[in-house]
Amino acid sequence: MTAALELAVARQIGEFNLDVAFTVESGMSVLFGPSGAGKSLTLALIAGLIRPDSGTITINGHVVTDCSRRTYVSTQKRRVGMVFQDGLLLPHRSVIDNVALAVRQTRGRRARRAVARSWLERVGAEGLADRRPGSLSGGQRQRVALARGLAGDPALILLDEPLSALDAEVRRELRELIRGVIISSSVPAVLVTHDAEEAEELGDVIIGYNHGRVTGARVVDRPVCPGPASGAPESTGRA
Amino acid sequence: MEREPKAAPALDKRKRAVVISVVVLVGFGLGFGAAHLLARYIAYWDIVSGPFFLSLRVASAAIVIAGVTGVASGYMLAKGHFPGRDVLETVGSLPIILPPTVIGYYLLEVLSPGTQVGGFLTRVTGHVFVYNVWGCIIAAAVAAYPFCLRAARSAIAGVDPALEQAARTMGLPNWRVALQVTLPLARRGTAAGLTIGCARALGEYGATLMIGGDINGRTRTMSLAILDSFTTPERDTMLLILVLMAIIAMTGVGLLGRSRS
Repeated sequence: MTAALELAVARQIGEFNLDVAFTVESGMSVLFGPSGAGKSLTLALIAGLIRPDSGTITINGHVVTDCSRRTYVSTQKRRVGMVFQDGLLLPHRSVIDNVALAVRQTRGRRARRAVARSWLERVGAEGLADRRPGSLSGGQRQRVALARGLAGDPALILLDEPLSALDAEVRRELRELIRGVIISSSVPAVLVTHDAEEAEELGDVIIGYNHGRVTGARVVDRPVCPGPASGAPESTGRA
Repeated sequence: MEREPKAAPALDKRKRAVVISVVVLVGFGLGFGAAHLLARYIAYWDIVSGPFFLSLRVASAAIVIAGVTGVASGYMLAKGHFPGRDVLETVGSLPIILPPTVIGYYLLEVLSPGTQVGGFLTRVTGHVFVYNVWGCIIAAAVAAYPFCLRAARSAIAGVDPALEQAARTMGLPNWRVALQVTLPLARRGTAAGLTIGCARALGEYGATLMIGGDINGRTRTMSLAILDSFTTPERDTMLLILVLMAIIAMTGVGLLGRSRS
């Protein structure tokens, strides 16, 4: 089985040195560690928003970064969906247009909006379709951001602390939603968090991070895993 | 109109009567003045209509040219990292710094068919660019360009790069990120620059005189016609028209500012 993500990269930023390697097979892998450990930087490297100094990144069997061969596939061509901490919805477009903009698999405005609407329904945000992002609450914004991240039929979805700016009740609600939607959409996901409870609740695999290094990885023991892989995900992490 | 009911309760009946009387008197005064002005203006219309419509045509063409090139180069300056970036910005700002007649002199040197560059342009395009409407358009576009450039550059530089990155993760190619994310988000600042540029193009005088000439019926724009009118018997009428135009312009600016806030 082809790994959803294989990563072995190093990147120096000022005095901070990131040097990590891990593999993600399917389900939800959580990068867990304190702030400043290099988790979000890792996501930016996977998405192609930043180039590593050395190493390789492979998504779904396609090499997207190989520093030794100077291979850098652009962010746009990586087929990676991303959900940011504060949503980063485009403020000048309505909710449905935000999501429709990410739809890559169909052409034509009407078809893209139909796909967008179905994703909004899946995240329980169909009633927000015509609203502007500025009028949404934090939880609503993250629902829309999740729909937008998945609407482009990505090979991998990256979630960069999507719940950290929300209050406790909304976080609990959205955790269930995120896990349910990720499982039902069969898209492998990498989520970044510094919240231990969130990591346990959402992750199939937890990859520990500290000071720019992977400190270990473990599979979360779940009584029932209704994921598409129908078994424990085979993510591994190595320092 | 909408503010009056809010202010009215604060005034007692006596004050309200005084205010209404003043408004009525001022209204009558303005009405008589406007009627008188209109009568004289209609007589004067034949003289001003040509320059007026020429100015509108010149300013419209100039703002399209200056807007497109100004926004494009503003984008390059805001986003690009290339050698000579500072030089481009400085050269682009020259029309603000230099006197318009100096800009006109440079343009005349470059565009005149007698010079090497101007001769080449004339041979390639089959058009002469001086002492005709093209000269007026080029002069107005050059005058408007730095306002468009600088406003677009700072507005584009002010767009949150994280939003552009988010758009890239959605698979949008860079040209679509520019057209569908960056420019719409920078639209207010850019529009402000285009508005000032348009006003500058409409009021261009020095460079227009140098490369357009002041040919009645061909290159005499409103700005040139205004100066010419001060040597004619219609001077008083022109003065009134200008005062009226200034009041309309100030009211427009005031209304724009209020709607924006």
